[in-house]
Amino acid sequence: MSAKRWRRSKDRLAGRAMGTLALLVAVLVFFIVVALAARARPLLDIQSPVELLTSSEWHPLQGKFGFLTFIAGTVWVTVLAMALAVPPCLLCAIYLAEYAPRRLRSAIKPIIDLLAGIPSVVYGLWGVLMVVPFIREVVTPLAAQHLGAIPLLRVDNPTGYGILASGVVLAVMVFPVIISVTEEVIRAVPDGMREAALALGATRWQMVEGVVLRRALPGVIAAVVLGFSRAFGETMAVMMVVGNVPQIPRSIFDAAYPLPALIANNYGEMMSIPLYDSALLAAALVLLLIVLAFTIAARVILLHAVRRAT
Amino acid sequence: MSTSVGKHLEERIMLGLMIVSTVLVVGSLLLILATVVVKGAPALNLAMLTQVPRGGYYLGKEGGILNAIAGSLALAGGATVLSFLLGLGVALYLQLFVRQGSRFAHLVRLSLDVLWGVPSIVYGAFGFTLLLMLKMRASLLGGIIALALLELPVMVRGMEEVMEMVPFGLKEASYALGATRLETALRVFVRQAAPGIVTVMLLAFGRGIGDAASVLFTAGYTDRMPNSLLRPVASLPLAVFFQLGTPLPEVQQRAYAAALVLVVIVLGISLLTRLLVRRLSRYVVR
Repeated sequence: MSAKRWRRSKDRLAGRAMGTLALLVAVLVFFIVVALAARARPLLDIQSPVELLTSSEWHPLQGKFGFLTFIAGTVWVTVLAMALAVPPCLLCAIYLAEYAPRRLRSAIKPIIDLLAGIPSVVYGLWGVLMVVPFIREVVTPLAAQHLGAIPLLRVDNPTGYGILASGVVLAVMVFPVIISVTEEVIRAVPDGMREAALALGATRWQMVEGVVLRRALPGVIAAVVLGFSRAFGETMAVMMVVGNVPQIPRSIFDAAYPLPALIANNYGEMMSIPLYDSALLAAALVLLLIVLAFTIAARVILLHAVRRAT
Repeated sequence: MSTSVGKHLEERIMLGLMIVSTVLVVGSLLLILATVVVKGAPALNLAMLTQVPRGGYYLGKEGGILNAIAGSLALAGGATVLSFLLGLGVALYLQLFVRQGSRFAHLVRLSLDVLWGVPSIVYGAFGFTLLLMLKMRASLLGGIIALALLELPVMVRGMEEVMEMVPFGLKEASYALGATRLETALRVFVRQAAPGIVTVMLLAFGRGIGDAASVLFTAGYTDRMPNSLLRPVASLPLAVFFQLGTPLPEVQQRAYAAALVLVVIVLGISLLTRLLVRRLSRYVVR
């Protein structure tokens, strides 16, 4: 009898221990936010969050910490990366899901999935070795000659390191993310809908455009948002090619200084200047909150999509 | 597009664009691999793999990247063990110890999905605040903790997926024989899912070994071999990052070699998991 009781209480004990672990996981995000906020507190006591986010003055030695320059850098880089990545990703995903012969698809899919695992520092290395020289030697001179009049394409920075380079590197980095999710949601569209469209005399593209994409739209949006949030928080690859000049960019050829690069570049000095560590951990907090917002948005959209599909 | 000529022309154009895009995507990804191999292969030799850098990793022209290889294996290995121990408990709990449709389980899964998307630099910053709290310096242990958190979502979600494939009948049979939930968890679920769990561990290891931003604050960097949990360690991603930044070509060779070693490890793991999955799924009843 006591053996049975022992087994039962062991079961209950283990259940409690595992439940505690699960609880820790459930509150971990919250805990990270609180821990970062606690460290950022000394700075927030002096500077209001609004001031922090909207000031572009960054003089750590004078105790002035404004994130606007860095937030602008992050936004420029991420938006450019998405503009470069989304069109080819959608077309590639549609091709793989709707057009490609089975064997070609089963050859390409694993390659894309495999490359999703390549470490970001390797993307950065590629950026330094190929993308930056290409932009410096080929793109910049051409743009300086022909496109100088267009405000967003003015060339003031001939080094090749800058927003364009990091946009290209990031775009390639998010290819696998966007393609695999998009391809999946497109394939989840019921075949009956395709057949109905084709039976009405639609071409394949008309079917894709009018029926499949319309149906898969929320999922596609979620894929893009996922890619966006991945790009937004990316550190190493961007930091290696973006130039790291604290200025508000005016052109895609300008150098910039995104938020993650700020944190990573200055960790060495952060304990030697007062409030510097607060400022950098506040930057991490800002980054986290923005990414959280995007992740949750993507989830809500996906949930909506699933509900609509079933 | 109302005429039939127009719609067929449109079809042709779109198909052309799609093929161009696919070639662009696959081509650029393969180009990255090619770059790493072309640059890394000449830099790779026995001395590179078996020596630590001499005269400092940033300026010394002699020596190799053994410190980074060993450091990365220690970091990712330790993190994988730690997140496995934490993750196994959570996964088993979600599978066996909660009611169907439990709100708490839903919350835990939501949290894991959110954690999956948290940038690694944030894990690094968080790990750093933990180290400050514990009055520790950048060290192997700090790096292991930060990486374990980074690997945790992969681990738990992966193990749950594997455990969901355990036939329902096995669970019922185990309960019918009078086994408790814990006994069912350890003797039936873990055993049945063991090969899949190994696959998940490999995946998590792959995610951990390639990450740089989270170990930057927490593990630091050093020329030495890892020798204590409380001292800094080198790692392959940071070996690429730091040594690429020097003006010395000899030092840059070490960066190329480190990148190639890293890619070989990550892709090797990926291929291995694929083989494992294929081999295992031969015996799964669909």
